[in-house]
Amino acid sequence: MKRVRSLLFSWEALLVILLATCCVLGSVLSPYFLTGFNFYALTSNIMEIAIMALPMTLIIIVGEIDLSVASVLGLASVVLGLIWQTGHPLWLAIGVALLVGVLAGALNGMLVTRLGLPSLVVTIGSLALFRGLAYVVLGDQAVSNFPAAFTNLGFGTIPGSEIPWSGLIFAILALIFAVVLHFSSLGRQFYAMGNNKEAARFTGINVQRTKLILFIVSGLLAALAGIIFTARVSSARPDNALGFELDVVTVVLLGGINIFGGSGSLLGVVLAIFIVAAIQNILSLLNISGDIQSLAIGLLLILSVLGPNIARRIQVAIARRRLAAGSSRQV
Amino acid sequence: MTTTSREVEQAPKRAQASQARLLSRVSRVRELGLLIVLLLLILVVGIQVPRFLSIDNFEQILLSIAILAIVGVGETLVLLTRQVDLSVGSIVGLTAFVTAYFFKELPGINLVVGILLGCGLGLALGMVNGLLISLGRVPAIVATLGTLYVYRGLVFVFASNTTLQVNASDVPASYLALATTQILGIPTLIIIALVIAVIVGYFLRASRTGRQLYAVGSNPEAAAIIGLRANRLTFGAFAASGLLCGLAGVLWGARFATVDATAATGLELQVIAAVVVGGVNIFGGSGTILGACLGAIVLGTLQNALNILNVSQFWLQAIDGAAIIAAVILDAFITRWLQRSLLVRRKRA
Repeated sequence: MKRVRSLLFSWEALLVILLATCCVLGSVLSPYFLTGFNFYALTSNIMEIAIMALPMTLIIIVGEIDLSVASVLGLASVVLGLIWQTGHPLWLAIGVALLVGVLAGALNGMLVTRLGLPSLVVTIGSLALFRGLAYVVLGDQAVSNFPAAFTNLGFGTIPGSEIPWSGLIFAILALIFAVVLHFSSLGRQFYAMGNNKEAARFTGINVQRTKLILFIVSGLLAALAGIIFTARVSSARPDNALGFELDVVTVVLLGGINIFGGSGSLLGVVLAIFIVAAIQNILSLLNISGDIQSLAIGLLLILSVLGPNIARRIQVAIARRRLAAGSSRQV
Repeated sequence: MTTTSREVEQAPKRAQASQARLLSRVSRVRELGLLIVLLLLILVVGIQVPRFLSIDNFEQILLSIAILAIVGVGETLVLLTRQVDLSVGSIVGLTAFVTAYFFKELPGINLVVGILLGCGLGLALGMVNGLLISLGRVPAIVATLGTLYVYRGLVFVFASNTTLQVNASDVPASYLALATTQILGIPTLIIIALVIAVIVGYFLRASRTGRQLYAVGSNPEAAAIIGLRANRLTFGAFAASGLLCGLAGVLWGARFATVDATAATGLELQVIAAVVVGGVNIFGGSGTILGACLGAIVLGTLQNALNILNVSQFWLQAIDGAAIIAAVILDAFITRWLQRSLLVRRKRA
């Protein structure tokens, strides 16, 4: 009984209700919301953010943060474009772009783990550095003559369905991350590191190496997201996915991951991804511009932390009042 | 017995005192180091391009960073208390747009009213940040990352309902004059930034509240034990940061004359770069206004030098990013080095 109750009042349950509300609201507000094509548009728009949110979830759980992901995406995108433009085969361009992601993640990870620098400052710095390098590589140009076989990866769907290819990639990755985080000893180690770094170290967890690997994975998947983004908009530009780090952090925190590390589940993050996608989609259907949409996302980010805080305070206040009432009755 | 217990009591005190000394030494080393870097930069570029050394060019450099420095002073107050304000660019953008629009709609209005409007709006936005963080207990990075986008969204909402762009020809000349007039041959913009830096710098050094800001940032537990109200100080720091951003927004509108909804986008990165390069510790408790301003001057000089040496503008953002990373690496090494040398000295004594 207690378990059922805690499940009903869990953050994930709240997110399911929120998602359902969004779907009802969307279908009431727009006749196009529940169409198959709209489902495709809704999912393909958020998949890059969703892919970057997976490693971000783990990084925040272990008590760090990576704000440079959108810049790594942009850098990988222009590297891909530049190598393709100079006449090299596409597989080579994709390989080098992924390698750039690995190197970028390794730089972040080395600075955080080897030199013991705060990840917040390091990745604010590399946010500017990687985005700046993207501009250095391609200037204000854009590469857009990609072959159809490649752009199909971005806006094609799995035959006979409305699911984009990027959705399949995300589903596979999400499954792997869920197994690692919730069904392996490595996952328990992540939570341990986020809750008490010292204690984790004393139990024999190699905290530094684990964090380094997480930053590298984050860079790699940001580069992968960059390749998908480039294919989807069929254009490699230095300002691709500018500011996406906000969306990534928002879905992770809205998903119930504690910003200070140590708690949260991947299911919550996946639910949050679709909530944000639905809200963006509804606003787009209502003809509200992207700049104003990010106002809604910013509000959601604040509320996702402020809401539980206020709820906890009210709970404490009620408990205190009950306690006071009980003790006065005893007297 | 009494002596030993007193010794036990004094040990942590001594450790804390040496910690405080260490922090103040780090910032002194950093400021000196920055001055040397600045002089080297001026020397190297000046030898190659003599035009770089003209007084006119120095004035240009100071003009280019005056607004940045004003925002940086506010950011320093916030960083000292162990928080961070990522919404500064959006506050500057919103106040710049609203102020410019206000002057466009009411050209006959007194200049002071417009300035107060901009500052008041900035103060209100900063207070919202402060309330979210001190009362709502939302971590500063989350709250201000959120308001960065909320405030920027508000500029777009405001612009889409009024006018997409305010041009120089729309606003009264007296407003534009804020940025172009000179007092004793020095541009007003530089004087305003200097006055603010001196006032806030003195406030941090000499006033009780100023010292409390350092105390809350360098050791929150100890600060709570001696009865400092961290919440109030944090709120105050964010409110002050908002107020200074409001003033910066007013000046932004006057300086650039043409303002649209994207004004000051990304300014937060430049501000954090300048302040961190200036030796203000992102984890609170150490750093000075002098350092923050020196950081802004070094980055401004670097930018100007690149311009004069005909290096592509596309390098600017990458250099800001590299400067942030280099500064934190340097801080880590200086701290370690000083810690070791203090340890050696204590062992000898």
